[in-house]
Amino acid sequence: MQRYLFSRIIQSGLLMVGVLIITFFMVRLTGDPARTMVPRDASPERVEEMREAMGFNEPLVLQFTRYMGGAARGNFGQSLHYRKPAMKLVLERVPATIELTLAALSFALLFSIPLGILGGSRPGTIWDTLARGFGLLGQTIPNFWLALMLIVVFSVNLGWFPTFGRGGIISIILPAVALGFFPLGQFTRLVRSSVLEVRGEDYVRTAYSKGIDERQVLMRHVFRNVSITLVSVVGVQFGYMLGGSIYIESIFSWPGIGRMINEAVQARDFPLVQAIAVFSAGFVVVLNLLTDIAYALIDPRIRYED
Amino acid sequence: MRIDALDQENVRSPFQRILRVIFKDKAGLFGAVLFATVLFSAVFAPYIVPHNPVAQSLDASRQPPAWQEGGSWEHPFGTDNLGRDMISRIIYGSRVSLTVGFFGVAIAMSLGMLLGLIAGYVGGRVDNIIMGVANLFLAIPYLLLVVVVAAVIGRSLINVILIFGFTNAPLFVRITRGEVLRIRKSGYVESAVSIGARPGRVVFHHILPNLIGPLLTVATFEMSGMIFYEAGLGFLGLSVPPSIPSWGNMLAAGRQYIQFSPWIAAFPGLAIVVTSLGMNLLGDWLRDILDPKMRRSAS
Repeated sequence: MQRYLFSRIIQSGLLMVGVLIITFFMVRLTGDPARTMVPRDASPERVEEMREAMGFNEPLVLQFTRYMGGAARGNFGQSLHYRKPAMKLVLERVPATIELTLAALSFALLFSIPLGILGGSRPGTIWDTLARGFGLLGQTIPNFWLALMLIVVFSVNLGWFPTFGRGGIISIILPAVALGFFPLGQFTRLVRSSVLEVRGEDYVRTAYSKGIDERQVLMRHVFRNVSITLVSVVGVQFGYMLGGSIYIESIFSWPGIGRMINEAVQARDFPLVQAIAVFSAGFVVVLNLLTDIAYALIDPRIRYED
Repeated sequence: MRIDALDQENVRSPFQRILRVIFKDKAGLFGAVLFATVLFSAVFAPYIVPHNPVAQSLDASRQPPAWQEGGSWEHPFGTDNLGRDMISRIIYGSRVSLTVGFFGVAIAMSLGMLLGLIAGYVGGRVDNIIMGVANLFLAIPYLLLVVVVAAVIGRSLINVILIFGFTNAPLFVRITRGEVLRIRKSGYVESAVSIGARPGRVVFHHILPNLIGPLLTVATFEMSGMIFYEAGLGFLGLSVPPSIPSWGNMLAAGRQYIQFSPWIAAFPGLAIVVTSLGMNLLGDWLRDILDPKMRRSAS
């Protein structure tokens, strides 16, 4: 276990170095980063000014070592728009995003687990149809469109929820539903299929034949197995939702990093974009590491020793 | 094999069997019909649209759909903020979506297959390097990567196709490599190698044909994913130029009028749902036919 842990941590570190390299070259894809960072109609003088200010005139090797050196100290330069340290701005926005993501995740788990268990344990019934339906819809309805339609129905027509902003528990419901709908579908499919699979196992049949009532069998034997599968995808879904929050936070004016990415991209504020990209990727890398560790702890069959 | 012949299904001709599978799976058939409809409207767009999709008419702007008060059958789905006919724009929009989906998947699949074959077949350090880079790209939140690259290289159809082609390749690399490793261990590949088949022959005659099934299934889901993401990019104003009617661009425009003219955003979204539903059902069905081992636990 210790050896496994050690190698996974080294691996995650390497991955982060890779992420830094990608973000460095990402803004240089067109070959002229100064041009990229000014508005399309900027004058040549303005481009030259930017080139000078950002040090794009210097040798690439020097720029690269400076970038990596800064990154090691958590310094990603100044935001062009806010004129403040980029990473600091990102960190200020993180709590709002985590709050929204956790709310979306709770919504998804709260509905998918019962729906998946009901559907999986009663194949061919209305519950099964519902579970399969939500599984499919989660995959096919784009969250940005769902968000707009939720606003039309529940904010504009019914007036139950605010159309945008962050304030109080009521304002988080629509964005959380819109963001959580894709994971809801995925979790439902997963829970349903693993319940179907476990149902045929000897130990479940034994439990039934001993006369244990259904609820207990489902909780003690079936759900325990399902939870192992769930742990492995919750981490992945967290990463997906960081991406999805770009739309949802922009639509609902939620002050998190998703909306910040959109604003930074529109304002061509690429130092800020780089800081967000590094933070998000780092977040996902750490999350995957934690998921693997949790996985090893929950499932006694897994002994990572190679 | 002969023993299996007792089974009624195997007595029929292959063609009859395929027909049977098609009609047995109602959901798959439904998916195929949906997808065929979208494909039809993309191919024959110029002949079936009732109006010019880019013709503006400011005195006919924001007309509601025909079945709502104030709507007319002149514009069945209503008009947008510039008075352009919604249904004609949606029909034309399918061209952008399918083009991006098709070429994006074609690039991602060829690139991914090539690198995956090399990684899986050559192994060793080459494998480590290829997989290291692939996993690196899979570690960055996908949408973030796509949005940033799109913002850097600018709006055009070619750029969007290239972005999806390259960013989806790592997934195909991973799947191809996994399959290659699995197939390599199988008896028939070992036999082929042991009777002296050269690597080229092994790859093209034994490994590639076995890859088609799983990859084609993934390709369907990925294509639906790309259609999804293209619309998303358009929604953020990062996909094809605003002058081209695409579902994402229409959604972006519709968002501003969501309060009083919700249909401008509703219909392009529905078009995405229909396309994506069709492709997902089709993908499930393909998986059932092409890969009996991966059958859905549903049936």
